[in-house]
Amino acid sequence: MSDASIIKLNDVRFRWPGWPPFSISVDKLSVREGEKILLLGESGSGKSTLLSLICATLLADSGTVVIGGTEIKTLSGWARDRFRAEQIGVIFQQFNLLPFGSVLDNILLPLRFAPIRRRNCNDAPRKVVELCKDLGLPDNVETTKAANLSVGQQQRVAVARALIGQPPILIADEPTSSLDEANQDNFLDVLFEQVRVYNSTLLMVSHNPRLSEGFDRVLHMSEIVNVERAVV
Amino acid sequence: MIFRLVVGSLMARGVTVGMTVLSIGLSVALFLGVDKVKTGAKASFSDTISGTDLIVGARSGSVQLLLYSVFRIGNATNNVTWESYLDLRARPEVEWIVPISLGDSHRQFRVMGTNVAFFEHYKYRQGRALTFQDGMVMEDLFDAVIGHDVAKVLGYAVDDPIVVAHGLASFTEHKDQPFRVSGILEKTGTPVDRTVIVAMEAIEAIHVDWKGGAKIPGQTTPVEVIRQMDLTPGAITAALVGVESRLQTFSLQRAINQYPEEPLLAILPGVALQELWGIVGIAESALLAVSVMVVITALIGMMATVFSSLNTRRREMAIFRAMGASPVAIFGLLVLEAILTTAAGSLLGLGFLYVGLFIAQPMIDSAFGLFLPIQAPAGREMLVLFAVIVAGAAVSLIPALRAYRLSLADGMMVRT
Repeated sequence: MSDASIIKLNDVRFRWPGWPPFSISVDKLSVREGEKILLLGESGSGKSTLLSLICATLLADSGTVVIGGTEIKTLSGWARDRFRAEQIGVIFQQFNLLPFGSVLDNILLPLRFAPIRRRNCNDAPRKVVELCKDLGLPDNVETTKAANLSVGQQQRVAVARALIGQPPILIADEPTSSLDEANQDNFLDVLFEQVRVYNSTLLMVSHNPRLSEGFDRVLHMSEIVNVERAVV
Repeated sequence: MIFRLVVGSLMARGVTVGMTVLSIGLSVALFLGVDKVKTGAKASFSDTISGTDLIVGARSGSVQLLLYSVFRIGNATNNVTWESYLDLRARPEVEWIVPISLGDSHRQFRVMGTNVAFFEHYKYRQGRALTFQDGMVMEDLFDAVIGHDVAKVLGYAVDDPIVVAHGLASFTEHKDQPFRVSGILEKTGTPVDRTVIVAMEAIEAIHVDWKGGAKIPGQTTPVEVIRQMDLTPGAITAALVGVESRLQTFSLQRAINQYPEEPLLAILPGVALQELWGIVGIAESALLAVSVMVVITALIGMMATVFSSLNTRRREMAIFRAMGASPVAIFGLLVLEAILTTAAGSLLGLGFLYVGLFIAQPMIDSAFGLFLPIQAPAGREMLVLFAVIVAGAAVSLIPALRAYRLSLADGMMVRT
C-alpha cells in the first residue's frame, strides 16, 4: 500500500440540472492506492452521483476530482470515456451483463475501449478462462450466453470483466444486493482475493453494514457527502 | 466482437427486428418489381416494331400515326391514295414497302389488310420475324392469318371460317364472304397477337356491295363475280417502308412530308415510340414513385421501433458507457444496427423479387406479352439496395441522436 491518493476529491459541488433540484457537495474524499473502502449509505444519499463523478460520467460544477493523478476537468469528453475505460472497472448492482452476449464477449468488452488494458493481457481469451476459473465459475462458462447464468454467476462474470487488463481502480455499486447472505460472503471472499492478486484499489458502495469485515476503511456517506434536496 | 454483440442484441429482439426486416424486404421487393416491370414494359414497348425505317400515313400527328398503324389504337383520320402509294413504291430509295389497310374488325379484334410482304418485313424484338404456330400465309382471296391471342381467345384452328364485321364494334357483318383461317402466328407480345390479317384485296372484296358505310339494299354480288373483279384498293391506311440505305431515311422522310399531291406524314418508328413512351411512361413513373414512398414508410417504421426500444435499452447503453464507450460509440452502434437491419431487409427483398419473378414470369408473359428477364442483380439493383441501406442509416440518425443524448445524461447509472 503506497501513500499516494489514487482518488482525491476536494470541495466538489455538483447540481443536477432539471427539476426537482438536487445537489451534492463533497468537502474531502481521499482513497490511497490499494485501499479497500466501503461506503455505507442508504439510497438517496448521493451514492450514484458520487460514483458518476469519480467515474467521470459527470463533471463537478466546482472543486477538483483527481483520479490516478489526472484532474478529470482537464479531459475532453472523449478522453474522459477513454480514461474511464483504462482506469476503472465497474460492477453494478445487477444486470451487469449484456444478456444476449456470450460470457467471453461480455468480459472482453471493456478491452475494446481500453488499448492499455488490452496490452496488459497478451492472450485475452486465455486470461478470461483463467479469471473465470479463479472466480469459481464453472468450466467452459465462456461460451455460455450471459442470460443463462444465475444471478450469482453473473456478478462473478462482472468481476472478471472489471478486473481484466488490470485497471487500477475497481468500483462496485451494491454488487451483493441481489444475492442472499451466503452468496454475499462467498462473493466478497472471491472479490477480495482477486483485488489482492491484482493489487487494485476497491471502492464499494453498500447499504449493508454487515459487509464491513475485510475492508480497510468504512466510510458513511453522511460523513463525506452533503446532499441538498428541495422539498417539493 | 462489437459486431457480434450488435447482432446478438438484434437477435434478442428477434420478433420486432424480424418484422422490421420483413417490412423493409417487402417494400424493397415491391420497388424492384415495379422497376423491373417498368424496364420490361419499356423494352417490350420499343420491341413492338423493328426493322422498319419509316411509317407513312395521312398527315396527322406522329404519335397518332404510330398508335393506329402499329398499336391498332384509334383510327386514321384520312387515307393515303393508292396513287400516292404507287408513287412512293417507285422511289429509288425505297427497298420495300408494305401497305396496311385498317377499319374492319372481327369480334373484338382488328382486321388488317396487307400483302404477304408484311410477313417478310414486319420485325419485332430486335429483328425477330413472325413465325407460324400452325398453317401458313394467305393463299386464297378469302384467307386470313390470325394472331396468337385471337386464336386463343376465340378458340380458332386452321381452316375455321370467320366473318368480318364492318367498322369497329359493329354488328353489321360481311356475312356474304366468310373467311377461312389459313394460319395462326406464334405469340410475339406485340399488337400482331390481337390482329386478323387478310389481303388488301379481300378488304376491297367485302366492300363491293357497300357504299358509304352501309350495305346497298338488295345488292348481293356472288363470290364468283367478285373474284373476277379488279380489287385494286383505292386507298390504304398506312405503309411500312424500308429504305435501301439508312442514310437516305431522312431525305426520304422529308420528301414524303413535302409530297405535293397529297398531305402525307412519314415518321421514324423509334422516335415516335420514344415520344409515345414519354406519355405512357408517366404512369409507370408514378407507380415507381409510389413504391419509393412504400420503402420510405418501411424505413420510418424501423425508426419508430428503434425509438420505442430506446427506453428499454438504456441499461444496455449504460453498460457500454461504463465500459468506456463514448456517446459517439453508442450513436455508432445504433446506426450500425440500422444498417444491418436494412441490409437484411434489402437482401430479403431481393430474394422475394427473384422468387416472385420465377413464379410470375410465365404468367405475365402469357397474360400481357411482357417478358421479364431473370438476370443476376445488376448495377441498377445494387444501386437501389445501396440507396436503401444509406437511407436506412440516414433515418436511424434521429433515434441514434436521441440515444446519444440519453446516454450522455444517464452516464452509467440508470435509475430504473
